[in-house]
Amino acid sequence: MKVVVCVKQIPDPADPGALDPETKTLKRDMKLILDESDSYGVEMALQLVDAAGEGEVTLVSMAPNNERSGLSTALAMGAASATLVSDPALQGSDSLTTAKVLAAAIKDQSPDLVIAGSESSDGYTGTVPEQIAGVLDLPSVTAAKSITVDGSSIKVQRQTDAGHDDVECPMPCVVSVTAGVVEPRYPSFKGIMAAKSKPVDEKTAADLGFDADAVGWAGAGQEIVDVAEAPQREAGEIVEDDGEAYTRIVGFLEELKII
Amino acid sequence: MSRHRNIYMTDELQAIYDQTVEFVSKEVLPHGEAWEEEGKVPRQVLSQMGELGMLSLRIPEEHGGLGLGPLASATFSEALGASTFAGFDVTVLVHTDMAGPHLVNSGTPEQLERWLPGVVSGQTVLSIGVSEPDAGSDVAGIRTSAVKDGDGWRLNGTKTFITNAVYGDMTILAAKTDPDNKYGITMFLIPSETEGFEVAKKLNKHGWLCSDTAELVLTDVFIPDDQVLGTVHRGFYETMKNFQNERMVLIGMGVGAAQAAIDQTLAYTQERKAFGGHLYDLGAIRQRMAMNQARIDAARASMYHAAWMGEQGADNVKAMSGAKAFGCEVINQVMYDCVQFHGGMGYMRETPVERMYRDARILPIGGGATEVMLEEVAKRSIMG
Repeated sequence: MKVVVCVKQIPDPADPGALDPETKTLKRDMKLILDESDSYGVEMALQLVDAAGEGEVTLVSMAPNNERSGLSTALAMGAASATLVSDPALQGSDSLTTAKVLAAAIKDQSPDLVIAGSESSDGYTGTVPEQIAGVLDLPSVTAAKSITVDGSSIKVQRQTDAGHDDVECPMPCVVSVTAGVVEPRYPSFKGIMAAKSKPVDEKTAADLGFDADAVGWAGAGQEIVDVAEAPQREAGEIVEDDGEAYTRIVGFLEELKII
Repeated sequence: MSRHRNIYMTDELQAIYDQTVEFVSKEVLPHGEAWEEEGKVPRQVLSQMGELGMLSLRIPEEHGGLGLGPLASATFSEALGASTFAGFDVTVLVHTDMAGPHLVNSGTPEQLERWLPGVVSGQTVLSIGVSEPDAGSDVAGIRTSAVKDGDGWRLNGTKTFITNAVYGDMTILAAKTDPDNKYGITMFLIPSETEGFEVAKKLNKHGWLCSDTAELVLTDVFIPDDQVLGTVHRGFYETMKNFQNERMVLIGMGVGAAQAAIDQTLAYTQERKAFGGHLYDLGAIRQRMAMNQARIDAARASMYHAAWMGEQGADNVKAMSGAKAFGCEVINQVMYDCVQFHGGMGYMRETPVERMYRDARILPIGGGATEVMLEEVAKRSIMG
């Protein structure tokens, strides 16, 4: 069984992020880390291959400056190899272009299953997995909380507001997984040391058949017109309890239609 | 274009640092207070570290380890310091870097095969038994004796301040085997269940509360020849081989803890309002915190440099001794200021810097007191 996991490398959320005033996008010229939301996908893929008893997990990532720190983490967890697409021409790519590039990197690998996080922790568009499925003309399932392989198809518990739906989907397919549904393993120290010798295939946009004017800012179907500071949170209302404060709280909850 | 914490770090060491910090953040920080109360680090967390290979950085690859050098230990110890529970840090580091290396350096192939799997997995937790009531930094002054007895040795004596010996599984213990030579010491491998080998007392300490510390009594303990570690009468010199590593990890865990204390104090003073502004607006505080950061940066840099010298096979006794003396003193100065700038909260048991201040006090004492370290530097600084 061959599983490809899409992983994004992002600035460490623990560090204060900054916007590039020229491009109005997040600065990404620092050390990047594996997006935590993708670590669930890696874990799920590793468990599926373990359960199948054969096959491998490979990674696909698009990142600036040939950055591979986050990839190394996923390789240390147990993925066998990675494809890294890195090219200055890709800067400014919108989600559809990102999906096209990732799809091109995935296509050659002919996987049984493509797994991605539901949304990245820095961009939050939440659209790339389904766009990859669209580009590759594969079926897709969103918000998976568990995946089991059943012959040539998968059975997925798909998270809903009320619980979950049971969904069956033929392979190959694309599945986006919900964060927090499995406990990502710690990379072992041996895994960390082994990661350095695992193959990372670096590709440019041109290697994947894209002209420079079809990707990045030039090919983006969206434009960032302006960015502004998020408004400060307003101070909340303080209710002094004179013995009747509960009526105000009940009224407040009723206004919100919570009760 | 990965960015590393210092010029000696490789991608792999950086990953080991990051992974260790993440591990202690998730597996130690939330539980440390309970462990302090209990006076014990649960075996389960050590086993988990064993499974992840975190106990075997210095174990040769052919015995299931990673076969790395001093820079890996420096990195690992600094990362452990981020736990803020130095009692946990020292429990691990006594096993991995203070006791373990003696077995690796001096063990016979049979001993390595017999004991290292348990050391790697965390099933055999090690302690190092050198200090005695009348002999600490002065190793040659130990009185515990071992007398040849048939196909083994008969040991008698007392050991004290032995970390990991209450709940651990094996002590690597120094005993005098040549009464006519003060350096005539031999090392022995003594499993905790050995008859006559008793924990006389679990010692009550100023800090490091979740680390167990024992006073040990040996009464006619019989140790067979195959549990002699290294060459008979040469244990003093064999013990000295690991001194620099032991000193280094004590600096490392202290630097990691001091950085955490600085970060917590910066956050507190930038949040805490007083005199019409934040505490951090006061020059007396911000300047001293800036100097504290500079001090810790200097301690960290000197430790990694001495580690790098060791990695190259160079004599680093002077460099590491100086780093230990300087580093462990400034770590205490930094902890003092961090308590001071927390005000009354810094004196409360619920505030982490209160614990870290207590934990740091042992650093200029254990593993070679500051005064001994400075003599190591001074006698190597005589000109001509």
